Amino acid sequence: MSYAVKNLNEGDRELIAFRIGDQEFCVNIMSVREIRGWTPATAMPHSPAYMLGVINLRGAVLPIIDLAARLGMKPADPTARHVIIVAQVRRKVVGLLVDAVSDILTVTDETVQPTPEISSELERQFARGILAIDKRMICLIELESLFPETESEAA
Amino acid sequence: MDMNEIKEIFFQECEEQLAELESGLLKLNDGDRDPETVNAVFRAVHSIKGGAGAFGLDDLVAFAHVFETTLDCVRSNKLEPTQDVLKVMLKSADVLADLTNAARDGGSVDESRSRSLVKELEALANGELPSPSALAEAPAPKGAAKPVAKAVPAAAAPTVKPTDDSGFQPVPFSFDDFGGEGGADSGMPAYEVIFKPRYELYSKGNDATLLLRDLSRLGEMTIYCNTDDLPGLEELDPEGAYFFWNVTIKTDKGEDAIRTVFEFAEWDCELTVKPVEEARADATSNDELPMVPVPFDLSILDESGATEEVSAANARAEETAAAVAAAETASNVTQMASAAARVEKKESAAAAAAAASAAAQNNAAAGAGQTIRVDLDRVDRLINLVGELVINQAMLSQSVIENDTTGTSSINMGLEELQQLTREIQDSVMAIRAQPVKPVFQRMSRIVREIADMTGKSIRLITEGENTEVDKTVIDKLAEPLTHMIRNAVDHGIETPEKRAAAGKNTEGTVRLTAKHRSGRILIELADDGAGINREKVRQKAIDNDLIPADSNLSDEEIDNLIFLPGFSTADKISDISGRGVGMDVVKRSIQALGGRINITSKPGHGSVFTMSLPLTLAVLDGMVVTVAGQTLVVPLTAIVETLQPEAAAIHSFGANHRLISIRNSFCPLVDVGRILNFRATQANPVEGVALLVESEGGGQRALMVDAIQGQRQVVIKSLEANYTHVPGIAAATILGDGRVALILDVDAVVGASRGQSLKAEMSLAAVG
Repeated sequence: MSYAVKNLNEGDRELIAFRIGDQEFCVNIMSVREIRGWTPATAMPHSPAYMLGVINLRGAVLPIIDLAARLGMKPADPTARHVIIVAQVRRKVVGLLVDAVSDILTVTDETVQPTPEISSELERQFARGILAIDKRMICLIELESLFPETESEAA
Repeated sequence: MDMNEIKEIFFQECEEQLAELESGLLKLNDGDRDPETVNAVFRAVHSIKGGAGAFGLDDLVAFAHVFETTLDCVRSNKLEPTQDVLKVMLKSADVLADLTNAARDGGSVDESRSRSLVKELEALANGELPSPSALAEAPAPKGAAKPVAKAVPAAAAPTVKPTDDSGFQPVPFSFDDFGGEGGADSGMPAYEVIFKPRYELYSKGNDATLLLRDLSRLGEMTIYCNTDDLPGLEELDPEGAYFFWNVTIKTDKGEDAIRTVFEFAEWDCELTVKPVEEARADATSNDELPMVPVPFDLSILDESGATEEVSAANARAEETAAAVAAAETASNVTQMASAAARVEKKESAAAAAAAASAAAQNNAAAGAGQTIRVDLDRVDRLINLVGELVINQAMLSQSVIENDTTGTSSINMGLEELQQLTREIQDSVMAIRAQPVKPVFQRMSRIVREIADMTGKSIRLITEGENTEVDKTVIDKLAEPLTHMIRNAVDHGIETPEKRAAAGKNTEGTVRLTAKHRSGRILIELADDGAGINREKVRQKAIDNDLIPADSNLSDEEIDNLIFLPGFSTADKISDISGRGVGMDVVKRSIQALGGRINITSKPGHGSVFTMSLPLTLAVLDGMVVTVAGQTLVVPLTAIVETLQPEAAAIHSFGANHRLISIRNSFCPLVDVGRILNFRATQANPVEGVALLVESEGGGQRALMVDAIQGQRQVVIKSLEANYTHVPGIAAATILGDGRVALILDVDAVVGASRGQSLKAEMSLAAVG
């Protein structure tokens, strides 16, 4: 990936855009490890509703999170067409279940508009800004905010 | 490589030297009078001193020097290594280890202890035999206390110069071997060999390093490479001969043997061989400035492929300090090997067998030196990958079987071969992590010494099977419970010498520590010949602490095992019990955490035996694969006492929500695993399932209800915490043959939860993510 990064100008960053339902979101490409298809997960006892369970990622146990449910949207009903984005969040690796990956975007900081004033605490908690590209609206998500530090402390 | 890395290597080597030192001293203690053992001990201390000097660790150098001086007296037969002498030396080895640790990790050492030992060592070196009373009271009188650094006697002033501020003192110690007291006393004539190859030597295809290696086989040698003639890079002829070597060798083979080594190269080099005294006389008469030699790393002699120029240039470029340490170690190994060979040749028939075995051991030790250090993380990664390979291979086989109706033999044969290969790879990778239990056992001998000293008892620790190999993670976790048990054995198990004498026993108590492999597990046995468990007292204590009813009728074995009960050790007057019982519940718990079992058998008046059975690795676990509410779970086999199919008549309701199952007239609570893990909302009908009778660490039994048993299997343990979080009721995860993750049940947590401790309360915090 480094060769691609080299061509970027100062302040540019690359994002991976994906779709959940009729909405588009994106995350920093540097935290994405790989993208793979959905495989049935093993359910975890006492887990929150958005926690789909764990799968085997080449010998490591990878927790899978239904990103739709985590963002407070209608929980996904995973099928073989769903996609898992394997991402590094702090020192842990998690899988995010999304409908489809749509794009790789190269943007500058100026492209990112601040999150509009909305009342919902949940949306404001994870959204880091909004991108307007080709009349599409893409919400930039900060993965760290999806998994608060307290989790690692509890572990 | 920066200084810290070099220092780290030095400390790692120190550990090896310390182990060597201790095992050598223990051998001497057992009556081994092989000069090579004494030499090995001496060299260990000498190497530590050498490296410590290079890093400016003055305390360590000072102590090692005094220690070395005393050891030298033993080496030159001026001091008889009696038990009393060895006692001092073993303690000194402990202090040396403490000083090394302190130098590495910061922290301090018990100075009064090292001070008093310095005095004892000096006394020994001066030919004063230790009085038993002096040994008993460890700290020296205050008035006589001197700082360690200054306690070095002036007469034996070290050839070491104090390191300067830069910390760079290239060759601090090796001068000892140039015929200082150290060299002259070894009993073998020393020679100085100057070997200066000419250009022709290399052009004829000779390799200087090979010649030097042959030379090293003749005896102990110290070697320096003189690089003064090395021109700058622009003038360097890549085929030129710029280095010469200055070797001091101690050998009984004579001058001719040395010349024979260089026979073939005679015309292509300048060779001077002289006895050291002569060489020295020459040097002084010529009044030449002493050469400043660059230490030559003997280890490169083992790399046949390396060219002399490259190696020597490397040796020069590398930080000199590292070379000192490396050369010391490397020469030790070579010396050991050559010494072993010597022993083999000269021994007479009577001693031949013993010598041969000793030589074989020494050779084995030299062979064991052929190791590399690998970061444990890398090995773990490899193990993970191999585990994945095994699973993938199984998946591949399965899908071929499912899809391939014709069954072409080439594919099947290929798969079979793949299967065999993966299994071999898995075994080999697991073997990488396997290590002998020796280091742990050696630590135990130190603990025995310390406790015996403290309690005024005389104890002999016998270790057997210390080369038995176990996974590193198991070894690491073994030390703590073992320390605990050894303490107990020495403190409570073995009687005072007076009592032993009164009972007609040898006043010296024996503790025997054994390790052996048995049916895929390691068996560690700790036996003492003490008084055994005083069952009446143990029983009374258990009754006093409300652990058992006063009228209970227990078998001897059951009474012995009471000491493992939690609460047994919370008593205030521990030493009242003449048997054992200090924190044994903690020991049992840590053994269980390792997936092991512990048992005790005791014979009043004859001692007790603790037997631990442990898995060879923590990466793999024997499990019972079960299904619960459509989920596949693995229950550790060590927890399961028995499995049974409940009959309707055996199930009894108890209150609103509880059910008990009667097993041989006792009632045991039923725990629905699916319910407790929240996999289903209501309790399943027990009659349709299978009950696993488990024993938790609390000692209580529970019948865990599962839907069905699929079978027993060895599973590779995978961490849940690495990417997720701790899940109450779940110990870890594993990957089954179909590639799916299965959870491993935490039996203790589930049993705890069935007592009313909620699993969910813990979870609420963890579930924030």
